Amino acid sequence: MIRAQKKSVCEKVFQFTKTNTIKIAAIIKKYPKGKQKSSILSLLYIAQEQNGGHLSVPSMDCVASILGIPPIQVYEVATFYTMFYLQPMGKNIVQVCTMTSCWLRGSDKILLACKKNLGIDISEMTGNGDFTLLEAECLGACVNAPVMQINGEFYENITVKEVEKILRNMKEKNPVKEK
Amino acid sequence: MTLEKKDRIFTNLHGEESTTLKSSMERGDWEGTDQLIKKGSAWIVREIKKSGLRGRGGAGFSTGMKWSFIKNSRKLPSYLIVNADESEPGTCKDRDIIRHEPQKLIEGTLLASVAIGAKVAYIYIRGEFFREEKILQKAIDEAYAAGLLGKDAAKSGYSLDIYLHRGAGAYICGEETALISSLEGGKGFPRLKPPFPTECGLYGCPTIINNVETIAVIPEILRRGGEWFSSLGTINNTGTKIFCVSGHVNNPCNVEEEMGIPLKMLIEKHAGGVRGGWDNLLAVIPGGSSVPLIPKSVCDTVLMNFDSLCSHNSNFGTAAVIVMDKSTDLIKMIARLAKFYMHESCGQCSPCREGTGWIWRMMERMVKGETEEADIDRLEEITYQIEGYTICGLGAAAAWPIQGLIRHFKPLMVERMQNRNKGAA
Repeated sequence: MIRAQKKSVCEKVFQFTKTNTIKIAAIIKKYPKGKQKSSILSLLYIAQEQNGGHLSVPSMDCVASILGIPPIQVYEVATFYTMFYLQPMGKNIVQVCTMTSCWLRGSDKILLACKKNLGIDISEMTGNGDFTLLEAECLGACVNAPVMQINGEFYENITVKEVEKILRNMKEKNPVKEK
Repeated sequence: MTLEKKDRIFTNLHGEESTTLKSSMERGDWEGTDQLIKKGSAWIVREIKKSGLRGRGGAGFSTGMKWSFIKNSRKLPSYLIVNADESEPGTCKDRDIIRHEPQKLIEGTLLASVAIGAKVAYIYIRGEFFREEKILQKAIDEAYAAGLLGKDAAKSGYSLDIYLHRGAGAYICGEETALISSLEGGKGFPRLKPPFPTECGLYGCPTIINNVETIAVIPEILRRGGEWFSSLGTINNTGTKIFCVSGHVNNPCNVEEEMGIPLKMLIEKHAGGVRGGWDNLLAVIPGGSSVPLIPKSVCDTVLMNFDSLCSHNSNFGTAAVIVMDKSTDLIKMIARLAKFYMHESCGQCSPCREGTGWIWRMMERMVKGETEEADIDRLEEITYQIEGYTICGLGAAAAWPIQGLIRHFKPLMVERMQNRNKGAA
């Protein structure tokens, strides 16, 4: 993934914004002296957000230089965790939980509704770059199954009708809050 | 055997009341915390030992015992890590504690830190809990502002700093050594034990890792005394526990109950019964997806505690009860679980990395009945070759659901193959 990125994506220089730099300094302070590597996940989150939803190689290199570690150690972490994306993602990431409890309560229908509504399959992005659909492993809200998550927000006890409504609202750039 | 209202620990589990510090204090949090701290760490450990509290994260190890293993030295600091990386499918108790009872968790963190002599505590929260992280951070800030954390916490003379650390979506980071590796800024790779984290944990220092629920019940145990806690439940399985009942029940819920409540009673009393009545029950996974399922015949009588479920070849785990009625395609359900473990295997140990994928592919074929009868035995044999041959418990967790399925529902699997063969012929 990283090799492909290195070849294709232009090597834009990445620098954290001023506000993010202040944030980063505060995060590093949470850990003992010399253990700043512990803040890598938080830094990658910030980098991902600033970079428009995914991690580019320059952004990871920037994290490495701040932490004073070889870039490979950052790549290693970025590729290990599922919440870091190494390729461009949709502006809105729709994740439908399909694990046991949700599946028992009809997550298949929810997933199908999402696929139909967005016109894409799992792990695909809509043509306009607004949505990416993902299948999530247990989101940890099992008593309120079925559950889906859009950009960090949980939608619990959802029905097909609600899914359609939520997605329609989002398409109109009018995101609804959790009920 | 049901829990009386006065014995409930989590009085705001369902979030009916506000979670602010003020209203938490009205419910009894932070009452006399300084007095408890002044009684000293030895007293706290003794009281927790007396209570018989067993870790609520799944393994069920005695909490007091774990704490007494910590070897404090003058050279190295010790750390407390609260494991809030709740990702066991079916389990959602920690999320509700964080959302609705954050002050219990913070107070428990302080008391546990006193017990083990930690001056810094980290709460490792799972990455997906974006909103919960905000709530918890707000609660921590509130506690700092009220002088309950930081220097001279709660006017006890003890100082403690609590930091939140957000994970990034890896199930394996719930395993304690993987969690440490992740907190240190590496990949979430478990490592071999010993040395146990109590000797060599975070940054090579003595570390205690406890589940959110374990930590959150500590203040109440210390206030009411270890004997009160041990008077609930049964011997070796004392106290109260939050059960997460999900799946095919009329009213899925999180509920705090006494340990050792009969499964049938738990489902009928709190979760509104099985969809379509008790006779419509097919099987139950009693402790989160990693434990073997139990068929209805066992469900009729089994008690919800560590020992009773072990005697039925299952496990108490995290007490996440997943109920399945007769409409469930069990083989498909287990195949989905197998996919989960394949996805979450960290890839260090070959039996797990290769085995989980092999199991999933085999299970997918079994869903369609595209296998032979001998394959069932082969599948079972493979699961026994994964279980126990890996660094961490994920290999076993991937193997157990399959073993449970074969143990109780082999005829169902055979029938599916025969049906397909008939159709083909």
